[in-house]
Amino acid sequence: MSKITFAIGGVHPDDAKLARGCAIEVLPLPETMYVSMAQHLGAPAKPIVEVGDKVKTGQVIAEPGGFISAFVHSPASGTVKSIGPRKDLAGNPVTHIEIAVEGDEWVEGVDLSDTLVTEIPEDRAAILDKIKACGVVGLGGATFPTHVKLNPAPGSVAECLILNGAECEPYLTSDYRIMLERTKEIIVGAAIMQKVLGGCRTVIGIEENKPEAIEAMRKALTELPYSIEVLPLKKKYPQGGEKQLIQAVMHREVGSGGLPISVGAVVQNVATSLAVYEAVQKNKPLITNTLTITGNCLPVEKMHNYLFRIGMPLSYIAEYAGGVPEGAGKLISGGPMMGRAIANLDAATVKGSSSILYLTAESTRRGQESLCIRCGRCADACPMGLEPFLLRKLYFAGDVEGLEANAAQDCIECGCCLFSCPAYIPLLDHVRQAKGMAMAAIRARAAKK
Amino acid sequence: MAYIVSPNPHIHAAVSTKKLMLDVIIALCPAAIVSFLFYGLSEIAIMAFSVASCVVLEWAITKYMLKRPSSTGDLSAIVTGMLLAMNLPPTCPLWVVFIGAVVAIAIAKMTFGGIGQNIWNPALVGRVFLLVSFPTYMTDWTVPAGFISSVDAFSGATLLGQVPILGALEADKLVSLQTLFHNVGGSAGEISALALLAGWVYLLVRKVIKPWITLSIFATVALVALVFHAVDPAQYTGPLFNLLTGGVILGACFMATDYVTSPMGTWGGVIYGIGIGFIVMMIRYFGSYPEGMSFAILLMNTAVPLLDMKFHHRKYGRK
Amino acid sequence: MDSIVIWTIVILAGLGLVLALMLFFIAKKFKVEEDPRIELVEKTLPGANCGGCGYAGCHAFADTAVKAADLSAHFCPVGGNDVMKQVAAILGIEMVEKAPQVAVVRCNGTCAVRPKINVYDGAASCRVKAALYSGDTGCAFGCLGCGDCVAVCEFGALSMNPETGLPVVDDAKCVACGKCVAACPKKLIELRAKGPRGMREFVSCRNTDKGPAAKKACGNACIGCGICVKTCTHEAITLENNLAYIDPAKCKLCRECEAMCPTGAIHGVNFPKPLDREGIKGRVAARKKEVSNE
Repeated sequence: MSKITFAIGGVHPDDAKLARGCAIEVLPLPETMYVSMAQHLGAPAKPIVEVGDKVKTGQVIAEPGGFISAFVHSPASGTVKSIGPRKDLAGNPVTHIEIAVEGDEWVEGVDLSDTLVTEIPEDRAAILDKIKACGVVGLGGATFPTHVKLNPAPGSVAECLILNGAECEPYLTSDYRIMLERTKEIIVGAAIMQKVLGGCRTVIGIEENKPEAIEAMRKALTELPYSIEVLPLKKKYPQGGEKQLIQAVMHREVGSGGLPISVGAVVQNVATSLAVYEAVQKNKPLITNTLTITGNCLPVEKMHNYLFRIGMPLSYIAEYAGGVPEGAGKLISGGPMMGRAIANLDAATVKGSSSILYLTAESTRRGQESLCIRCGRCADACPMGLEPFLLRKLYFAGDVEGLEANAAQDCIECGCCLFSCPAYIPLLDHVRQAKGMAMAAIRARAAKK
Repeated sequence: MAYIVSPNPHIHAAVSTKKLMLDVIIALCPAAIVSFLFYGLSEIAIMAFSVASCVVLEWAITKYMLKRPSSTGDLSAIVTGMLLAMNLPPTCPLWVVFIGAVVAIAIAKMTFGGIGQNIWNPALVGRVFLLVSFPTYMTDWTVPAGFISSVDAFSGATLLGQVPILGALEADKLVSLQTLFHNVGGSAGEISALALLAGWVYLLVRKVIKPWITLSIFATVALVALVFHAVDPAQYTGPLFNLLTGGVILGACFMATDYVTSPMGTWGGVIYGIGIGFIVMMIRYFGSYPEGMSFAILLMNTAVPLLDMKFHHRKYGRK
Repeated sequence: MDSIVIWTIVILAGLGLVLALMLFFIAKKFKVEEDPRIELVEKTLPGANCGGCGYAGCHAFADTAVKAADLSAHFCPVGGNDVMKQVAAILGIEMVEKAPQVAVVRCNGTCAVRPKINVYDGAASCRVKAALYSGDTGCAFGCLGCGDCVAVCEFGALSMNPETGLPVVDDAKCVACGKCVAACPKKLIELRAKGPRGMREFVSCRNTDKGPAAKKACGNACIGCGICVKTCTHEAITLENNLAYIDPAKCKLCRECEAMCPTGAIHGVNFPKPLDREGIKGRVAARKKEVSNE
């Protein structure tokens, strides 16, 4: 039993990694794909192709719209059919580039072979440029542009690179599968990032409910020349939260509003590491990712882990996997704790898509809200040590100062509060708004200065 | 097909107010059963009547006065009813029980808005109201015939009530290991310390409550008694005597740990427990009431908002 | 015994006297000089402290109004022109009369015409719902129906109609304080001139989707067809982003646009007679014929 975990709060949902035994399958190309311009944190990308243009697989079709932004590449070869607003999974219009797929003809210079390239380029700047040019963003959920994260501001030193293989969300198995099937690539990716960061300590944190992944990583590391360690972590949600992982591994805490680098930490997801490997060693842009089809109303034989092209509509993948199961009451993109409910299944997949999760209505519908009994479970569960019951009260009172004083802005929206509330009070729904209020106040003050 | 859409999280720990209250009811059962055994049918009648009164009162108030859906489904009224019955002497007339239920539910709980809103523990408010209003009924410790007869039965006063009569030295001798199993003479529920502690352990195991409040009460009571007893054993009773008598165990395990009226943070809880322990010992040694647990808890209930304001959870990334 | 009573009375009376004197002198010494007109103005105001004027309550309004050179930045929506006239009289400055306004809900996507396509299961708050997604109907612009506007209204002027799922404004109670305008995350509520005898004509839709998409989502949506713009002889209607808007200042309440609207997005309220759709259509057609003949 690993004792390595974060110090405050946390909950223990049933891990339900039902699709853990499903090997990764490659999805065939659909007839049409829709590439979103807002699939990373920061400014949306700007399309650089025009309607009617012929594009190849891996060709840049949009460039960064700001400092924190990313390149976007065509997921297939074909013709740009349209550029315009299309509904995302929340039903809100986002600019998409529609591509009529005609084949899979790649751009020049991409190594499509399976050979493992372990030799890491020497030039740090060149590596960063490649990561940027290939549109790599954090695939753990936040989709923060990776080249920005790997290039800390002058003066800050990276002391530890933490590779996040916790996959603490129940049901999801995509990270688990790539850790088993693409073990060495992930390790080389980590070594590349380690080099970029100046050769700091590098650990791969994996929750101990994935012993096969821990074993595979350890075995692969003995065969590779890098100084990287594997760290089994206790199974506790949200172990994979960036701040929680830093606390678990380094016993340091990132200050409110601070970046991980302020305590010498850089956290990257294992899937990001794989993308970094493909970008740097194979020159392959980020146009694929792994996604799990799972749920509690699906027989295990109908579950899948797919390698999908970014831009395939969710509905296409769902159809290919056998359609939305009969008993599904809620469709979720991402895990059941932090994932987003899918309001529009026709939405296109984005870089950060990690699952289509089918939950029965009974298992997911919220219970009847009743009065707070002051049991304090929300505060005990909060991994940031916040008091959601108090924040909710302050939110209703419109007390922005109180919200700030009680650290509403530190909420990581992990959902532990509502998960553990016996009165089914929609704590996170309100605390998220409260967080917005507190952050707006902080930003306004910063702008004044 | 219209699917559900909601913000995260999409799953729940499947814990509910009802389930928590059910655990409390289960935890109270050993002590209740022991009291039935010793005090017989009259105690069963008191318990049944108290629970029924509380439930019916809450139902009626939500329906006819507050005009909102009934909250009796959360079982908290049953807990209040059980605790009230366990805090009354086994000879208490039913009409007095009913008045206690009215005060507990109508005044102490629903006036504030129902579960979670009240400042003081409803059952204790009911008990203290009865204690002040009907001292004769509330201090009649005659032991009714039970299913198990008790040899060393006192009638007329509780063990704590014996202190002024016998003196502290003699009173201390009355407490033996036997008291752990049955301590006849006192509120119905506190007859067996062991049964109460078993219930408390059940709550701990089920993670319904945390041990800090209870432990800090025990520790404070023991410590204060130890110091005073060491100074003058003839004047002040010892730690064991004070822990095992006068509702300290019932209060510390089930009344002081009531979610609604206790602090939420660990340190707040510890201070709260120390406060209760200290006040109860002061009342016992220097006050005119022989017991004092109810008053101590109610007084510290009042301080809870202050403690909650002062003691917060440890926040990530803030020293 | 008697002496105890007497002494008690004497001491208490003495104590009372001393304290009264102390209070008197403290009040004298620490008196805050305040413009007496502030109190006068504040007394004139309705005292709702709703903040509808943009100031933090009636006292703040009075305080700033007294110091202001003119009343252009001060208007109490609750008291209206009558109260403002009194305030102006107290301060001896001119006031600008404002046409009385009322909150207007610009969504007519009733349950009947705007089918639900998913089931919302979060907190009953429009703000929360809007932050999550576009809503439980096909229209991303329409009313979310959780009643944030109803919750903020301090005058009881708003209520949800369970049949339509939309908020209803009670003209008599609405003071146009603007709280609901700020509370609506979809920006559906507009303060509009109340109009003569409450009659007003407005586009009850905010959907800027293209016609077919708007029509598919809601039967009452403005599809941006522009018929109203062509019909209007007063140039009161503008069309922008597939959405028409009627300028209340130019509208002559002829109801021609309402009759000609193919979807029912244009709404007329408080008219004494029901809309004579066919009559107006005939009239408009005849006028067009005349124009084309010329």
